[in-house]
Amino acid sequence: MARTLVNVPPKAKRGQVIEIKTLISHVMETGYRRNESGAPIPRDIINLFTCTYNGTEIFRADLHQAIAANPFISFFTVATQSGTLQFQWTDDNGQVETASAKITVE
Amino acid sequence: MTGETESYTRRAVLGGVAGATAFATVPLLVRRAEATPETMKAAIHRVIGESPVRKGKVTLDIPPLVENGNTIAMSVAVDSPMTESDYVKAIHVFNEKNPQPDIISVHLGPRAGKAAFSTRIRLADSQNVVAIAELSDGSLWSDTAEVIVTIAACLEYN
Repeated sequence: MARTLVNVPPKAKRGQVIEIKTLISHVMETGYRRNESGAPIPRDIINLFTCTYNGTEIFRADLHQAIAANPFISFFTVATQSGTLQFQWTDDNGQVETASAKITVE
Repeated sequence: MTGETESYTRRAVLGGVAGATAFATVPLLVRRAEATPETMKAAIHRVIGESPVRKGKVTLDIPPLVENGNTIAMSVAVDSPMTESDYVKAIHVFNEKNPQPDIISVHLGPRAGKAAFSTRIRLADSQNVVAIAELSDGSLWSDTAEVIVTIAACLEYN
């Protein structure tokens, strides 16, 4: 569906608050625009974004049409243990895009 | 010769009238699908209920003047220790004048460490944006920012 880009620090100290940045390429079609022939372009947005850290959900966002195309979301989490962060974007058509990043906690 | 000049002038005048009509139509199109401060209030009630919302604790960071309404950097931070007993459960952001009043709802927990997030939003007009934070003790806090938009989103027709 789309290209994704996630930025997670590869290493962190235990208990450190780290910033996570995510980006996905998506038109985020609002459903309010029309094409050349005047027909409405159907709505197609990413409506859900979740992030899990070793299987536990640490961040979830419900997105609406007011989110700009190619949604960028940044947030924070506490580096608790080494492992994997899983990212998941779901759009109106039910298509799911995933990404993951590894982190080493010392 | 004089007649030709007159007809040219008349055409120019007619063209001008047509142009003015086209311009007048644009705000009408926007208004038709516009949320109002009332619909924003309704959306807020739908999401957080009727509980009272106090000002404070929340910092909504958004530029006061933006040129392009299609991408506006926005960040929200909430003053909270983010411990197991006192943390921010959710942050909801609403607008007054886009076709839909909701912007984003984020759900956090004590593991966030810091109650803050950033994203990029669209605004269809100059308006107020409201961020409401829902704390673990059930209290609600808000911040409002006024944004002036020179080129609105949702107007481009491909």
